[in-house]
Amino acid sequence: MSTASLAADLVRMFRAEGRIVIVGASLAGLRAAEALRDKGFCGPLTLIGDETHEPYDRPPLSKQVLKGWVRADHTKLPRMRDIDAQWRLGVAATGLDRVNKQVLLATGDAVPYDRLLIATGVRARPWFNPAEAALQGVFTVRTCDDAARLQAALRAGPKRVLVVGSGFVGSEMASVCCELGLPVTVAERGGGPLVGPLGGVIGDIAARMQRDAGVDLRTGVSVEALDGDAGGHVRRARLSDGTTLDVDVVVASLGSIRNVEWLAGAGLAAGFWGVGCDAGCRAFDINGVVTDNVFVAGDVARQPHVLYEYQFISMEHWDNAVCGAQVAANNMINLETERRPHLPLPSFWSGQFGVNIKGVGVCSFGDEIVFTQGSPEDYRFAAAYGHRGRIVGAVTFNHGKWLPYYAAMIERSAPFPPPPPGYDRASDPAPMPARFPDPRVPTEMPDVVLTGHDPTSRGAEFHWAREPA
Amino acid sequence: MRIVVDLNRCQGYAQCVPLAPDVLEMLGEEALAYDPNPDDAQRQRVLRAAAACPVQAIMVETHTPDGPEPEE
Ligand SMILES: Cc1cc2nc3c(=O)[nH]c(=O)nc-3n(C[C@H](O)[C@H](O)[C@H](O)COP(=O)(O)OP(=O)(O)OC[C@H]3O[C@@H](n4cnc5c(N)ncnc54)[C@H](O)[C@@H]3O)c2cc1C
Ligand code: SF4
Repeated sequence: MSTASLAADLVRMFRAEGRIVIVGASLAGLRAAEALRDKGFCGPLTLIGDETHEPYDRPPLSKQVLKGWVRADHTKLPRMRDIDAQWRLGVAATGLDRVNKQVLLATGDAVPYDRLLIATGVRARPWFNPAEAALQGVFTVRTCDDAARLQAALRAGPKRVLVVGSGFVGSEMASVCCELGLPVTVAERGGGPLVGPLGGVIGDIAARMQRDAGVDLRTGVSVEALDGDAGGHVRRARLSDGTTLDVDVVVASLGSIRNVEWLAGAGLAAGFWGVGCDAGCRAFDINGVVTDNVFVAGDVARQPHVLYEYQFISMEHWDNAVCGAQVAANNMINLETERRPHLPLPSFWSGQFGVNIKGVGVCSFGDEIVFTQGSPEDYRFAAAYGHRGRIVGAVTFNHGKWLPYYAAMIERSAPFPPPPPGYDRASDPAPMPARFPDPRVPTEMPDVVLTGHDPTSRGAEFHWAREPA
Repeated sequence: MRIVVDLNRCQGYAQCVPLAPDVLEMLGEEALAYDPNPDDAQRQRVLRAAAACPVQAIMVETHTPDGPEPEE
């Protein structure tokens, strides 16, 4: 028998009886399971998730759900096919034994696998002081239970809501408060809203948008402490500028923490920034050697991207979870020549203050920005980001139909500033510094992070390991 | 029934909105808002709206899950 037909037989056998385990039963986990079945995987499939809910969609949580339009438990993801899986919900994976190829569960069970997909995502970064975090009225929003609790608190008509942190999710929540007619203060340690993902030039526009809508926006200040009343309910926030605020709902929107603790000791390249993997979603081991049976997708993954100088990128975007899951599924059940890379052009959307914000590329990779269309004054424009003379990202405010025009240029690494489009030219087409925060200064975590080395992060000391004598 | 709209793909053409106005609506000039869990009675309307979307951004469930059952 030739090697080729032997390999083909092995693939057939794996597809018929191989065991696949997916840890993380949310967007990436479910879409990977569906893709595996679509592509002809017939073996036993197990989905493990620590939430008791079946997979649901998170973006509506900070939008439709908080507004009270949609119930928190009404965002379950549509099933696009039968996946015939064994579900283990409400059970956390607590360890990974790669030698014996099994996932260890909190119940004490061990689930054997031939191939594993890690899709454990991220969780909300909690309020830093545990005693204050435990006060009634203090929230984070990541899960549908979180959203249900916060919605109930908003419905009760608090006198003032404090949102700490003004990334996309924090800004969306401030917008919902305005729509509900609730007085809201946003405290942001950095220079303005959305500065982490989009830079200071756009941050200034977002700040104006918030203030126009009636948000009491405080930038350059941090919230240092929360005080509760005798009943254990939050009543007051103390800010770094010496002021205090009377508040009865506080939402900490401080970015996220990657769910990698359960991988401790597994010998994978897992850490603060997520689980490192190649562009084909195969996890790296702790030495940077690619594994062949452990795959990663969604918010917890970080992988190199050809468009961004092969820096490792973690993307907390819906689109990345869906596409990454499909590529991982494909690569789990195919031989090398059939494998595909996951090299998406990152894209995201956000809705706030009546403005539809969309973006493509990695804006924070750029250092310059140019307004190409429309006018920032009307919150209706397109802007492109540049790095060393090429276009690397674009953002639109109420101008989403033009995004594909910029996406195509980013994919080609077209010159920056881009040629002016023939429609609705901006009045001031001169590039300017985009004003991203120095990565060494702590601010809000952007939801796309470049985690490779750059000149500001050369802190590592590398010791070359020799063969033991 | 369950739906999800890929809002990256959605261009806000609003072709879909008049076909299922109880489920889909425009927020401002170009953002689509939707009910991810519309009443089953809306099914035909939602399917028509999904078919009318020029970029196929509306995903309607094609399969009703019989599971999963949480362990606890
Ligand atoms: C409020 C909110 C609004 C958002 N809005 C937008 C938006 O407008 N646009 C956009 O592009 N993106 C948005 N996102 C981001 C988007 O929801 C995520 O990118 C997406 O959910 C990632 O999917 P995932 O499956 O990788 O991870 P997750 O959805 O985080 O799922 C991971 C799952 O694994 C589980 N898990 C973790 N550890 C374990 C363990 N040890 N054992 C078992 N299970 C475990 C978790 O509980 C979770 O259920 C938003 C997110 C939030 C929270
Ligand atoms: S028709 Fe499609 S693109 Fe247009 S608003 Fe509806 S979902 Fe979006």
